Amino acid sequence: MTFDLKIDEPHPDHRADGLAQGVLGHESDRPDGWLKVAGAATYAAEEQADDMLHGFLVRAPKIGAVTCPNLDAVRAMDGVRSVLRDPRMIRNAAQGTANEAPVQGVDRAAYVGQPVALVVAATFEQARHAAQALVVSVEEDDVPVLPDTVTPEEPEDQNTRIGDLDRAMSEAAFKVDAIYTTPSMVSAAMEPHAATAHWDGETLTLRGSLQMLKFNRNELADSVGLDPKHVRVLAPYVGGGFGSKLGISADCVAAALAAMELGQPVRVVQHRRHVFEVNTRRSETRQHIRLAADAEGRLTGLGHEALVSNLPEEEFAEPVIQGSHFAYAASNRHLGMKVARIHRPAAGSVRAPGESVGVTAFEVAMDELALSAEVDPVELRLRNIPETDPESGKPFSSHRLEAALRQGADAFGWSRRHAAPRQQREGEWWIGTGMAAAFRVNMVIEAEARITLTHDGATIRSDMTDIGTGSYAIFGQIAAELLGLPLSQIDVQLGDTRFPPGSGSGGSFGAASTGTAVWLAGMEIRQQIADRLGCAEAELTLKDGVATVANQRTTLHDLLSDETIEGHGHVKPGDAFEKVRQATFGAHFAEVAVSDVTGEVRVRRMLGSFAAGRILNPRTARSQCHGGMTWGIGMALTEELTHDRRDGHAVNRDLAGYHLPVNADVPPLDVHFVEELDDWAGPMQAKGIGELGICGAGASILNAIYNACGARVRDMPATPDRVLAAMPL
Amino acid sequence: MKTSFTVNGTPCSLDLDPRVTLLDALRDHLDLTGSKKGCDHGQCGACTVLVDGRRINACLSLAVMHDGDQITTVEGLSENGRSPLQSAFVRHDGMQCGYCTPGQLCSATAVMSEIADGWPSHVSDTLAGPYAMTREELAERMSGNICRCSCYPGINAAILEIAEEDVGYAEAAE
Repeated sequence: MTFDLKIDEPHPDHRADGLAQGVLGHESDRPDGWLKVAGAATYAAEEQADDMLHGFLVRAPKIGAVTCPNLDAVRAMDGVRSVLRDPRMIRNAAQGTANEAPVQGVDRAAYVGQPVALVVAATFEQARHAAQALVVSVEEDDVPVLPDTVTPEEPEDQNTRIGDLDRAMSEAAFKVDAIYTTPSMVSAAMEPHAATAHWDGETLTLRGSLQMLKFNRNELADSVGLDPKHVRVLAPYVGGGFGSKLGISADCVAAALAAMELGQPVRVVQHRRHVFEVNTRRSETRQHIRLAADAEGRLTGLGHEALVSNLPEEEFAEPVIQGSHFAYAASNRHLGMKVARIHRPAAGSVRAPGESVGVTAFEVAMDELALSAEVDPVELRLRNIPETDPESGKPFSSHRLEAALRQGADAFGWSRRHAAPRQQREGEWWIGTGMAAAFRVNMVIEAEARITLTHDGATIRSDMTDIGTGSYAIFGQIAAELLGLPLSQIDVQLGDTRFPPGSGSGGSFGAASTGTAVWLAGMEIRQQIADRLGCAEAELTLKDGVATVANQRTTLHDLLSDETIEGHGHVKPGDAFEKVRQATFGAHFAEVAVSDVTGEVRVRRMLGSFAAGRILNPRTARSQCHGGMTWGIGMALTEELTHDRRDGHAVNRDLAGYHLPVNADVPPLDVHFVEELDDWAGPMQAKGIGELGICGAGASILNAIYNACGARVRDMPATPDRVLAAMPL
Repeated sequence: MKTSFTVNGTPCSLDLDPRVTLLDALRDHLDLTGSKKGCDHGQCGACTVLVDGRRINACLSLAVMHDGDQITTVEGLSENGRSPLQSAFVRHDGMQCGYCTPGQLCSATAVMSEIADGWPSHVSDTLAGPYAMTREELAERMSGNICRCSCYPGINAAILEIAEEDVGYAEAAE
């Protein structure tokens, strides 16, 4: 039996509010937290075996045809078991949901850093040493590496023209017409990509650091040439992903090939410097934003055209304009994308692809409009909230931007702000505040989960991952709430392709997709219990292991004895996405200090106000928002992957050169959740929260910099040199 | 090369390739995988362990340099993995993916004793101490441990709570 749900219609019956256990929607510990603080959670490179071999990837130092002239000499080095130059090795990590092998091959490097060999030895030290001794000769190809030196592709389906934007601009009372740029950025998850592969002659078992196992299994099987039914992928604990582990990665395929060749387990861990090259980066963007407004600041025209890049044969293009389609009303619109085919490392999804950089630049432009129209920035957003989707005319499933703006402004103390820049000074520091709105599309993807109930408690199984998002916690809460069990009696098992296929982690869809599958599985069990007790499911109260129907109490123990009841939930996206526009909304507020002497920016406090449907666990949801807001600090101030102008290589490809926010860079972060139940989001009325926090967060900081010192920075990040150059004398 | 040291109270004798770092010795030769390898460059802090009570990046140190040393890893911070600091990390959600967490815990343990012992930091007003466990001091001293999930609010709340509860620490800071 399976409880299936295709989300075609709204779910106005708020069943979660009528359940008895009282854990869903409340703060609770992460059950995996106890393993993590004890150092007992097992990540991809931490499985031990006596006969484990170690592989080290070798990168192409240039772009072009690759040969390895001293291959035989390296194969004879101490401890070396093999040097793989296998055509099945992959060029770069697969894109999210690719479900098939990415571009493969080792004879031609398409970008600097492409893996072209795997050295396998008895120990890690031997493998690393031999990998460094392998000579990689490259007959160089002359290929473009700069986005503005090629004629970009202009995908027609990514081009929207409504009305006459040029005319709206010429007739506007107030307007903005400016170029904004963001650099390449990387996920930089703390756990480097790693894989441990076992081959028993028939089945390949791979423990990896991956986000979407049902796709990853197929990608791996296709890469190495196996039937997916002979491939098992495990990833119970994943040390962060942020998009970089959506698709199968080079370490996984290489480890699998080596294990299959040598008949011994092989571990391959990407060196941190490999991580910056071999996995997908966030594309740099060049964004032309045009805003036309009437005398009251109401938008009459809106333009957002973006240039991004990627390698040949990569379908992904950073969807910069995704949020601009629905963020603001304006009757004249031009949104378009251009993709430059260049030979920098592959681009792909990084936390909130599209809105993270698109909304950020757009919200800086909105700040510029607010200043020129002399309208308060919060008020400007309020005046431009659309009644319905501004392009399709579809209704919004739920739209809480106004509440997010008003409640956020109140909590932050926005009304005490000086509207004009350069009004507050403390010694060498200019003090200012800024805000931005947050927008993010909401998605559901197909997911399954199974719950097994015995009189001792329940076990949830899905191949879903927890990459730090809180899957273990919220799935346990959903099941506990439906089945009336304390959290201590729920066991959540994730990250194994032998379990029902979940959604995987990505696009903020994990909680609402696999979470809904868990909900459906729980509902199926409730139905079976109701059948046994001869009542309707809705008449059943389950709490603390006791079923109550019309004052008749039956313990789970009496009800089940030694039996097991199973529920299997299966959710699919449906017509809801055709009928309504669904998104999450929020508002960011920031206070900064800017040094008049050095241009250094210190963020003093931030507040985020977010509406994402039902919040399943405020504690884990808040942590996700902290993460997004902190990424906004990085995007605004420090994060930039620099490419060499000659060969496109990633110059600052480690954590000393690529500057992530550290503890001292992050001020107290205040997170406020706006009450919302989105009936179109499924039976829990919950939407995704993992990415909303980054969308526009950087803009609130950039706008605060302007308010503090009058420096308008349109090229991110706002490093001290850029701030000083933009500061009025 | 033969080397002997004590890890979490247990004497260990190893015969190691001299290239093996302390981190890899712990992870691959002693099966103590709690200490994490985030960069192998001393840039992220995930491998932080205590050597004779002081925190170091285990990836930047060769195992054979530690003959006779007393080493404490996350597995040795408490017997059951539920010390007050570890519990506070769970309660305040001081982790998401958990990969930096062992390093954060080891660093935090050392930070509390560094402040109690009167060691100054970059943000200290004087070089002479004593120092209080302020948010600013803590954030500065914990900045060698990167958390990409950005759990700094939870990490700081957990450490500040334990520091306040620790009577010995409070007296030393006065």
